[in-house]
Amino acid sequence: MLNWFKKPASETQITHGARLWLYLLAGIIMLLLVLPTVIVIPMSFSESQYLEFPPREWSLRWYEFYFGSEAWMSATRTSLLAGFLTMLVATPIGTMAAYGLATSTHALVRFVFLLMITPIMIPVILIAIGAFYVYVQLGIVNTMLGLVVAHTILALPLVLIVVSAALKSFDMSQERAARSLGASRLQAFFLVTLPQIRFSVITAALLAFLTSFDEVIVAMFVSGGDNATLTRNMFNALRDQIDPTIASISTIMILVSTSLLLLTQFLGRKKNK
Amino acid sequence: MTGELTSHLNQNALKRQAQRERLSLLGLTSPAIIIIMIAMVLPVGWLFYLSFLSDEGVISLTNYQRMLDSKAYTRIFLTTFKVAFLTTGLCALIGYPLAYFLSQLPERIANICLLTVLLPFWTSLLVRTYAWLVLLQRKGLVNEWGIGLGLWDEPLPLVHNLNGTLIGMVHIMLPFLILPLYGSMKSIDTNYLKAAANLGATPTQAFWRVFMPLSFPGLFAGALIVFILSLGFFVTPAILGGGKVIMVAMQITRNIELFFNWGASSALGVVLLLITLGILYISSRFVSLDNILGGHR
Repeated sequence: MLNWFKKPASETQITHGARLWLYLLAGIIMLLLVLPTVIVIPMSFSESQYLEFPPREWSLRWYEFYFGSEAWMSATRTSLLAGFLTMLVATPIGTMAAYGLATSTHALVRFVFLLMITPIMIPVILIAIGAFYVYVQLGIVNTMLGLVVAHTILALPLVLIVVSAALKSFDMSQERAARSLGASRLQAFFLVTLPQIRFSVITAALLAFLTSFDEVIVAMFVSGGDNATLTRNMFNALRDQIDPTIASISTIMILVSTSLLLLTQFLGRKKNK
Repeated sequence: MTGELTSHLNQNALKRQAQRERLSLLGLTSPAIIIIMIAMVLPVGWLFYLSFLSDEGVISLTNYQRMLDSKAYTRIFLTTFKVAFLTTGLCALIGYPLAYFLSQLPERIANICLLTVLLPFWTSLLVRTYAWLVLLQRKGLVNEWGIGLGLWDEPLPLVHNLNGTLIGMVHIMLPFLILPLYGSMKSIDTNYLKAAANLGATPTQAFWRVFMPLSFPGLFAGALIVFILSLGFFVTPAILGGGKVIMVAMQITRNIELFFNWGASSALGVVLLLITLGILYISSRFVSLDNILGGHR
């Protein structure tokens, strides 16, 4: 152990001992990144209205309330469906676009790429009120269709970035080899390219789902009535008071995103093997 | 002569075929472009138009004039910039040491430690904002423990003000700064550091005079993302600011929800959009946008 302190930690021969403060500081920052979110989990099992930590009395009361409430359940169904549909639309469209941009050498490629990533660069509020205004004219406010279209353009840039990165490290001469052996372009893509970038495509799909599932601002404007999303209802509940039911919903959402994240890490590890 | 002509014709045909292929491959992006046109370009374009309509429906600059004249709007823009600057600065101060620490670790351990950055990144922003609301309130955990440990006597006003907004926003934005910064630190050639040590630099000198300047592009990219996202932020200041921190995006929402005033909202939105695009354009002269967008997540 003492030897470790004196061992050089980097190319500049600084010792681990001299860097102890950095390790401590980094440890504290990592704790601060994770703890505030994780601490909601035990609190959600508290009996009290005030969400104690540690809870003096444990109970499932807030979960019972959540699962028993028709409004919350309907919002959950809407969010799951919107996320699922967004994933189904954004993943193929985004993958196609990424493939087109990666293989075409047309002069417009750069411009099209910039256009496609704009939705995550510009303030979401603009997309939200713009979509709201247009949807009112079209009569599709508070519909699943409108919600999914708006969420799709928010998810597209992420799909494009993830799949493009995978295609960049993919050796396109494999596809040329397949085509010279008689495969059509489509066959070559599905039989040679896609299987090799599949983990990135799955990651992109999960991100697309999560983008829609977690989205608040667009949902606030274009979803409502029977099609109000979970996040929209949570946001409205939070503006009034601290509703402990939100803690139980938050816990479920943390579990969903954590398992999706771990899934992508697992897929990533497989890819590297 | 004929041979030359045929080869010339062949060349032309090949060229045309290559052109066709370039175009048809670009055509693969058309579904994405169509949906972006419908759901982004058309609506935002419409907002542009609305922002130039006066209350009587005539094309004019009334909405912009009103914005310039109103002290309230000036204050909102100042608040927005203040919050965005403070968030970016705090993120850089907190994120830099962590990114540096991560970049020095062996790959395996770094990947595990990176999970602490990715986990909040993947967790809903609303959930994280809620968590801070619970922790920072008057009878929240932070105040309770602070008083319990004798650090302070009265509950500190940690939330429903600028403090709460900044705490929440820094927590939410940190991954956006750390991930690109970490990526760029990983790609720094360690031979430079060896060379510095070889030429007699102490570890501290090597860090400040070699490593730090080489990491600036990554830091700039991360800070740019944080700043741009902060300018348009809405959810966190709305919940943790308690009505005391009004940012542009919140005012846009208020104008529509309370007053149904599309002209004023659109004009605000257009100004916010132009500021965002202007910053991105100027920055793209110094750092490649591909570097900013590539590689994270």
